[in-house]
Amino acid sequence: MSDKTEHQDVMLKLMAQNAQRIMSTVPWAQALGFELTGMEKGRAFAKVAWREDLVGDPDTGVIYGGVLTALLDNLSGICINTALKKPMSMATLDLRIDYMRPADKGRDILAEAECYHVTRNVAFTHAWAYHESRDKVIATAAGTFALNDISRWASGNEAMEIANKMMNGGK
Amino acid sequence: MTDRAAQLQAFLDRTPFARFIGMEFKTDGGTLVTKLPFQEKFIGNRAINALHGGATGAFLELTAMAQVYLESELQRPPKPINITIDYLRSAKSEDLYARAIVHKLGRRMASVRAEAWQGEDPAKIVTALQAHFLVAENS
Repeated sequence: MSDKTEHQDVMLKLMAQNAQRIMSTVPWAQALGFELTGMEKGRAFAKVAWREDLVGDPDTGVIYGGVLTALLDNLSGICINTALKKPMSMATLDLRIDYMRPADKGRDILAEAECYHVTRNVAFTHAWAYHESRDKVIATAAGTFALNDISRWASGNEAMEIANKMMNGGK
Repeated sequence: MTDRAAQLQAFLDRTPFARFIGMEFKTDGGTLVTKLPFQEKFIGNRAINALHGGATGAFLELTAMAQVYLESELQRPPKPINITIDYLRSAKSEDLYARAIVHKLGRRMASVRAEAWQGEDPAKIVTALQAHFLVAENS
């Protein structure tokens, strides 16, 4: 196994161990109740439970589309980190969401995101939101993210501490 | 406030998500200006105290939807078909404002662009959104 793959494996393992901490450093993800449920190289999985206050249509009880936008945006950002050789900060450049069908009232929404290409400055992602399985997709997303080096960032931030730990190979 | 604006206010008042984010609006003739008063929970990145893209996006989508509702005679809110969001600057931890222009309001589809800004200058756009909504009733 090459050093690079080994390093990436350590990073992925650390990210998985710190999954809930990664989400909890993002107040908006916390406010909407996002849970990170899994990570693989270039992929990430999450869940958001149905909640009364996230409803966008009081007559049908359907979760507001903007909640899915936030979920897919957030998860896309996380899946990029699993694809990178070192942790970097990222900012969404653009995000397109297609709403295929309304979510069902009272059901959890699952999501997965895939980072399918990375360049020096930009990462490209696809993401899906669904109930139970990918057969019935509620929404899909295509995103592009600008990548930035985190070394210039201020310390004292929990997410950055996790990232810095990863950069040092988990030591 | 026009009747239509009053109906919109009534809808937002009973929509849980609109209350959850605390969106406000005022109308100037037929055009809305919406406001998202800053709350800690909108933060997406604590290291630079920037708003989460999902928070600005959700707010812009509601703004676009509200403008379509205001200009149409729909009894139900329009259904989003797709949205494209351009993040032009990072949104700071302060109040966010937005307005939307309906470029086309057909019998079935509406095409809308919404723009968000902070501070005094509406031309200094932080985030822009392009959306298509289904406006046909009974569909």
